[in-house]
Amino acid sequence: MIEVKNLYKSFDGNLVLNNISTRFEKGKTNLIIGRSGSGKTVLLKSILGLYEIDEGEIWYDKRNFIETEEKKRKKLRQEIGMVFQGGALFDSITVEANIRFPLDMFTQMTSKEKKNRVNFCLDHVNIEKTAHKLFPSEISGGMQKRVAIARAIALNPKYLFCDEPNSGLDPETATVIDKLIQDLTKEFQMTTIINTHDMNSVIEIGESVLFISKGEKEWVGTKHEILNSGSKKLNDFIFANKLYAQMKKGENDQ
Amino acid sequence: MKFFYHVGRYFIMLKRVFARPERHKMYIRQLFHEIDTLGVNSIGIVIIISVFIGGIMTIQFAYSMMNPLYPSTLIGLGTRDTLILEFSSTMLALIMAGKIGSNITSEIGTMRVTEQIDSLEIMGINSASYLILPKIIAVVFIFPFLFIISVFFGLIGGLITGPAAGVITMPEYIEGIKWLFEPYYVTFSLIKSLVFGFLVASVPAYFGYYVQGGALEVGKASTRAVVNTNILILLFDLILTRLLLT
Repeated sequence: MIEVKNLYKSFDGNLVLNNISTRFEKGKTNLIIGRSGSGKTVLLKSILGLYEIDEGEIWYDKRNFIETEEKKRKKLRQEIGMVFQGGALFDSITVEANIRFPLDMFTQMTSKEKKNRVNFCLDHVNIEKTAHKLFPSEISGGMQKRVAIARAIALNPKYLFCDEPNSGLDPETATVIDKLIQDLTKEFQMTTIINTHDMNSVIEIGESVLFISKGEKEWVGTKHEILNSGSKKLNDFIFANKLYAQMKKGENDQ
Repeated sequence: MKFFYHVGRYFIMLKRVFARPERHKMYIRQLFHEIDTLGVNSIGIVIIISVFIGGIMTIQFAYSMMNPLYPSTLIGLGTRDTLILEFSSTMLALIMAGKIGSNITSEIGTMRVTEQIDSLEIMGINSASYLILPKIIAVVFIFPFLFIISVFFGLIGGLITGPAAGVITMPEYIEGIKWLFEPYYVTFSLIKSLVFGFLVASVPAYFGYYVQGGALEVGKASTRAVVNTNILILLFDLILTRLLLT
């Protein structure tokens, strides 16, 4: 479980996150949604420690991340897997080497064990053997995302972060990626935080949804509650898409 | 003020670069890769440039010393000393700042804008150290070798071009390059090449590491890196010459 308490973050005096407090549960897909520029990515990167926060607390289970000294923070980071918006695969090495990289860096595994682990991770995200020796630039966007997920789970993390994992993908591939993240979350009992503005993802895997608007926490609930949230800002965000407006209308008609 | 900001941030980066590596084995693997990419791949261009410059200098020395009072051995001596003292150390470093420096900035800069550096940091890896330290060691290690290769092929260039252009005979040229040889000049230039090697790797790495934005900014950062590295090379050339030669 990850808990954020009274988090503030500003850039050059401009407040981007304003008193955010929330909890991300273990074994669930926790979504952070909001418009572009609402502060989703800043929140995610603040939790990850990529941005230094102005004020507040971030707890990884019972460990206070902010007060943890750098050496222990590094250790904690090995329990974190991250899927970046663009994949962020190392483009000078092959797909296989990308997955092996964290294993080479942090484990004492033999090369056979590493090979098995690489194959296990790539099998889990349905990457066929023929793609193992290819470079990231030689595979499709959807495959890159799946390889990024495979790399993120290579060290068997407790926490998985995904920054807009299905941006730039067609709806079918996006659904595959969403389902994959949800399945892995359940299988490995990770605390998964997904940053998205894709309403399909919300309806598909939104077990816990945090909506932020202009850097403030606006609403928290589940995908089942989201259509009847009562929050005007959230409704404006959701029903900007006509499909969901129709869904809502259908629900009311019933 | 901006100058001090960059200088301060450069030294903060260097502090991170020289921190204790997470896994020595991975760094050594990376080091060999960098020696190959940045060093060995530069040998060809160093040889080509040195042969041509050596030849050109021999002809120019010959024409500026046409006075019969000057011994013809001065042509070989002039070529040799110019190669050792300035061309194969300083001029070569300026050329390498363009080749190696822009390569380092664009590689690290692209990694920054595509979040590959963030990815390393989240894994708990000191990205500055992992990406930059092997490059600095590789370039500092390879630069003295490039210097020696450059001097050798520069002299060969003179040996081929001088007699071919009819400005000097081969025995006179060989006699000239052996005449009044001062071994300290080589030591002085080797020291310079170590310092220049450090600048050629670390300054472009700084510009790449802190790049913000997209592909356009990476290109701009590469240009800034080469310009600043060249200025620093010339500045340190002046300082080292004053300190070690006069």
